[in-house]
Amino acid sequence: MLIGGWGQYPLVEAKVSSPLSGDDLQRTIKTREDKAYIARGLGRSYGDSSLSSTIISTRYLNRFHSFNEKTGVLTCDAGVSLDEVLDTFVHRGWFPSVTPGTRFVTIGGAIASDVHGKNHHTVGAFCDHVLSFRILIANGDILNCSPSENRDLFLATCGGMGLTGLITDATIKLLKVESSFIEETTCKARNLKECLELFDTHNSAPYSVAWIDCLKQGKDLGRSLLMLGRHSGQGGYDDLKKTALSIPFNLPEVCLNKLTVGAFNALYYGRIRKQTQERHVHYGPYFYPLDGIGNWTRLYGAKGFVQYQFVIPKDAGLEGMTRVLDKIAKSGAGSFLSVLKVFGKGNDNFLSFPFEGYTLALDFKVSVQTFELLDQLDAIVQDYGGRVYLTKDARMSDHVFKAGYPQWEVFQSVREKYGAIGTFASLQSRRLGLDAGR
Amino acid sequence: MKKVLIIGATSAIAEATARLFAKRGDQLFLLARDQKKLSVIADDLKVRGAQNIHTGVYDATGQQSSEDIFDKAIKQLDGIDILLVAHGVLPDQKACEISVGDTLKAFEVNATSVVAILTYFANVFEAQKKGSIAVISSVAGDRGRQSNYVYGAAKGAVSIFLQGLRHRLAKSGVQVLTIKPGFVDTPMTAAFDKGALWAQPEQIAKLIIKALDRKKSVVYTPWFWGVIMLIIRSVPDWIFHKTRL
Repeated sequence: MLIGGWGQYPLVEAKVSSPLSGDDLQRTIKTREDKAYIARGLGRSYGDSSLSSTIISTRYLNRFHSFNEKTGVLTCDAGVSLDEVLDTFVHRGWFPSVTPGTRFVTIGGAIASDVHGKNHHTVGAFCDHVLSFRILIANGDILNCSPSENRDLFLATCGGMGLTGLITDATIKLLKVESSFIEETTCKARNLKECLELFDTHNSAPYSVAWIDCLKQGKDLGRSLLMLGRHSGQGGYDDLKKTALSIPFNLPEVCLNKLTVGAFNALYYGRIRKQTQERHVHYGPYFYPLDGIGNWTRLYGAKGFVQYQFVIPKDAGLEGMTRVLDKIAKSGAGSFLSVLKVFGKGNDNFLSFPFEGYTLALDFKVSVQTFELLDQLDAIVQDYGGRVYLTKDARMSDHVFKAGYPQWEVFQSVREKYGAIGTFASLQSRRLGLDAGR
Repeated sequence: MKKVLIIGATSAIAEATARLFAKRGDQLFLLARDQKKLSVIADDLKVRGAQNIHTGVYDATGQQSSEDIFDKAIKQLDGIDILLVAHGVLPDQKACEISVGDTLKAFEVNATSVVAILTYFANVFEAQKKGSIAVISSVAGDRGRQSNYVYGAAKGAVSIFLQGLRHRLAKSGVQVLTIKPGFVDTPMTAAFDKGALWAQPEQIAKLIIKALDRKKSVVYTPWFWGVIMLIIRSVPDWIFHKTRL
């Protein structure tokens, strides 16, 4: 079947197998002949990270094993989604320690991408709350990994894009919460400088993220809304109301242009009247605004879209971000959602994306101009010693990757040690020169 | 908190439904062939909130004395509110056409074992004058088709049996629910290409819970299969025989 990532670019003809159990999974790997596999959960990585001609889906590996109500320690299969974790545990007072902007990611995928959330500056990335996991490696063995056991494989697998083996199950720590609600504070920033200052002022807020209007230039460059949040003690435990709203088909490409995006951005910014505004809001719309709209990616039309997310060091902040935003604003390539965030310190994982600095995430329609623009952005990011997020990438060159992730050679040596090279490979790993062939 | 017995508990639709029972905090007894699979599912349901959970081995083709197993299950649950019968197998139609053995085996798993179960439980529910019996039949039982009539005939037998049972138990206040799923994306149908008509087991599970809560008699899951099957049942033979359905 023809299959793509969340951005529907690129698409590839692939054979997908869905093992029914850990034993079944082990059998698949032991009898693989010379095929190379990549694991796929809910397919929320945007580009080609979960693509290969032979894919292993974790859809049936979705069972909980055990949960400790006192400590919040959960053990479950790699294919369990955050959606199921939320459904099962929020009303019992537990929340994922780290969550990305969608609840439709699996635990295995969250580890492979070492995903981050709005609380990176206070609690780190997803894998900083993973106590251990088990992984099926190339020879068919299943190994226990933790920060102390098989440490090299742990560091390579966390953020390792599925290229070290197949995670079968994991033990993670959940966060105690007193309600399903978030106290949200939204602050207006007239430009980038104000926005970065606001981040500094509010660096003790547990959650923070800014939405940026990428079409603004000159003195308005970086006009933004900073959204802060903390778990509320009020409101009790309410289940998430799941809406049936969905985009039924790919919209014609012309629907998303400078005018429509500009209008959207003006409305979005204008809806906040005061300098700061406070709201008591359910965790659903706070953390997962887009999950409320099924197949929202169809807004970008049939050709699909690419996401671009990079991080640059803190000291490069204002200057670097100004250069990037200036480039985008001048190109007029409308990015619907542009999200800025401050990262705290990074961890030791070889390919984890976050490090201390500023990160910006943007969406673009797939087009020749987009790819040219992104190449130019790569150069700016590289200038400041930054890197691009692999989970959103569909087009970065191997030398941009290698410059951004200086530990890639250590990563490769661990893959080699565990027989992963050529056995666990994706279109992305081939493009980035980590596996042979294209 | 309901007391629920599920037969064929390792099937995808049964498991998805059991997760919803578990979230409500129901008490569960699971029966299926494979104890190892049952244990994995039982652990999962416990984490999801099932109050109390037991498992037992039951084989729809076995010569074992099933009544002992059912007696034990009811005793462990200390009563029964809901019985969900979900086991089944999709036989290879072509293989059945050249093998009496294969055909009769498909009948045993999909029809006669269900009839045996229902005969036992009908008396239990009739005596207690309350509760729900829910059985997963299939749209395939609505009209025999050349591509799938062995499975269809067995499911058809189950549907008619349930229809009669519903008639009998109406005066006892016992719900008898016939569930007729269309195409469902499960390991049983792994070999098929999936199109727009296919549903996920989680969707079917929600509809089963809803039908149980609303005391329905027959449900097509999802609903549009009711329309599709109405048309398929109405097509005259002289046209039907020209199709490859």
